[in-house]
Amino acid sequence: MKIIACIKRVPTTDLQPRVAADGKSLDAAGVQYMTSFYDEIAVEEAIKQKEKHGGEVTVLTIGSAEASKEVREALAKGADKGVILVDNAWGGRDPLATAKTLAGKITELGADLVLLGRVGTDRDNASVGPMLAALLGWACVTDVVGLELGDGKGTARREADAGTETYAFALPAVITCQKDLNEPRYAGLKGIMAAKKKPLEESPCPPATSQVEIEKLALPPARKAGRIVGEGAAAVPALIDALRNEAKIL
Amino acid sequence: MAMDPYRPLDFLELDDQFSEDERMVRDTVRSWVSERWMPLVMKHWEAGTFPSELTPELAELGVFGPTLPEQYGCAGLNSVAYGLICQELERGDSGLRSFVSVQGSLVMYPIYAYGSEEQKKKYLPKLAAGELIGCFGLTEPDAGSNPGGMTTVARQDSSGYVLNGRKMWITNGTNSDIAIVWAKLDDVIRGFIVPSDSKGFSAPEQKHKWSLRASITSELVLEDVRVGAEALLPNAKGLSGPLGCLTQARYGIAWGGVGAAMACFDEALRYSKERIVFDKPLAGFQIPQKKLADIATDISMAQLLALRLGRLKDQGRMKHWHVSMAKRNNVAMALNAARVLRDMLGANGITLEYHTGRHMCNLESVYTYEGTHDIHTLAIGQALTDIPAYR
Ligand SMILES: Cc1cc2nc3c(=O)[nH]c(=O)nc-3n(C[C@H](O)[C@H](O)[C@H](O)COP(=O)(O)OP(=O)(O)OC[C@H]3O[C@@H](n4cnc5c(N)ncnc54)[C@H](O)[C@@H]3O)c2cc1C
Repeated sequence: MKIIACIKRVPTTDLQPRVAADGKSLDAAGVQYMTSFYDEIAVEEAIKQKEKHGGEVTVLTIGSAEASKEVREALAKGADKGVILVDNAWGGRDPLATAKTLAGKITELGADLVLLGRVGTDRDNASVGPMLAALLGWACVTDVVGLELGDGKGTARREADAGTETYAFALPAVITCQKDLNEPRYAGLKGIMAAKKKPLEESPCPPATSQVEIEKLALPPARKAGRIVGEGAAAVPALIDALRNEAKIL
Repeated sequence: MAMDPYRPLDFLELDDQFSEDERMVRDTVRSWVSERWMPLVMKHWEAGTFPSELTPELAELGVFGPTLPEQYGCAGLNSVAYGLICQELERGDSGLRSFVSVQGSLVMYPIYAYGSEEQKKKYLPKLAAGELIGCFGLTEPDAGSNPGGMTTVARQDSSGYVLNGRKMWITNGTNSDIAIVWAKLDDVIRGFIVPSDSKGFSAPEQKHKWSLRASITSELVLEDVRVGAEALLPNAKGLSGPLGCLTQARYGIAWGGVGAAMACFDEALRYSKERIVFDKPLAGFQIPQKKLADIATDISMAQLLALRLGRLKDQGRMKHWHVSMAKRNNVAMALNAARVLRDMLGANGITLEYHTGRHMCNLESVYTYEGTHDIHTLAIGQALTDIPAYR
């Protein structure tokens, strides 16, 4: 089984963001990066499926060359090879441009299964996975919390408003991963050393035209300080009153 | 591995001084500490217990003896990566770092450096895998700073050796499977690998500590303990044997101090920005800002010192007096930082809900063990003057 896990390097979620001088992007100073939370779940699932069914896991990202740290982390956990399509302006790509580039590389590499996070934690679009599937013409199940693979086919569970849906699909397929799918493992220090010897290909990313562009980036207004209305059961009426008449949410 | 609210201080932007794999090692251990250790530490510190259920996870991570070669089941990391591991573990608790330091630097290292190939093959993979836990017995009730004054003795007999004596303040003593016991054989200090189920060996726990509470500290009692000839570490003779191990462990402590101070700083900085006093954040007043500026500077200097020490070690140029300088400075720095920052937390700072007070208590042990602060002063003094002032 050939599995490709797509990951994105994103600013850490504890970032205290500052808007850069251009008014369109984040100030890069002091920003720390990590693999997008749901993409870690995609990597974990890829490795678990490989451990179960055999095969090979490739980790694919579009990003700056510094994304090698995040790719090597996935290699340290058990993926077999990494590919970085180097694009220093990766953050500016829109989902369709991203999906087109990924589709091109995935066609070249060949795969039975492509796993992605359900959403990137930086931009919250949740669209690259389904767009990629459409471009490839493959089956797609999103927000998956359970995945079983068989001979040329698979089933995937997802939580929908009405309850749990179970889908059957034929491989190759694109799956986007939801939180409860698995518990990502730690890289492990031996794995980190082993990852140094695994292949990591860096190739220039084909240019792509984004159809949407960020015009302006503004931080949310600062939250007003909270207020403690009292303590214990005696404070409940005052709290209800405040929620009803001040906050107007009851 | 995300959602970590801990914001480590990197004022001098030293991140790019570390290689990619060094940063990966650091971040892996950092996440593990945040996710697995932090939720448990308050309970165990209060109860005076170590969460042994985490030992398999620590082994799986690979933090036991991580610089030793792969052939013994270890990761073969460089010393800077090992330093960063200690920094991150001690960010969690000095007791956690102690647990790992003892296993790696004081138990696995002497077997690796002074042991026979059979001893290495027999013990190292199991110690790396956490299947065996070890302790290091050097200090005695009447021989601490002066370990050469030990009275524990070994006597050779037809089948091996017989050990008699008492050790004190031994980390992991009660929960160990093997003890590295230092004893005088014909008046020369030698190391022995003593299984803790040997007849005549006992390791009662030392209770009532108000420091390093999430770490087990024990007495070792050896009454006619018989071990085979294969228990002797063949390649350590004299005080240089145990001191060689301590140099390894102290190296890690120099980094650990940085981690403990970073933990306190992160907590106090965050707190001072949120805590409103006299209608504005505590951080907006000049006295707290001076404290923060002083401590951020101290931490940054200690980070540089640790980094330089690590690079020297990886180049094979580190001398024991370099380690003395770093252990002495960085632990004293951390202890001072913890005290100053504890004060900034006000009354909240005296509860275990906040971490700084716990670090402050722990660091008193770290200040004393592995060579007291003053003994390291004298080691540096001797390196500078060629005159030993501790005798
Ligand atoms: C929590 C904890 C865990 C420990 N774990 C271990 C362990 O795993 N294995 C182990 O072997 N030991 C361990 N120790 C013991 C530790 O290494 C010793 O406590 C330390 O070496 C100091 O010895 P001491 O307590 O006998 O103090 P002393 O040597 O009596 O020192 C008391 C004071 O005298 C000063 N002093 C001593 N000699 C001189 C001198 N010549 N000139 C000037 N000042 C001097 C010291 O600096 C100190 O201030 C541990 C200790 C603690 C607290």
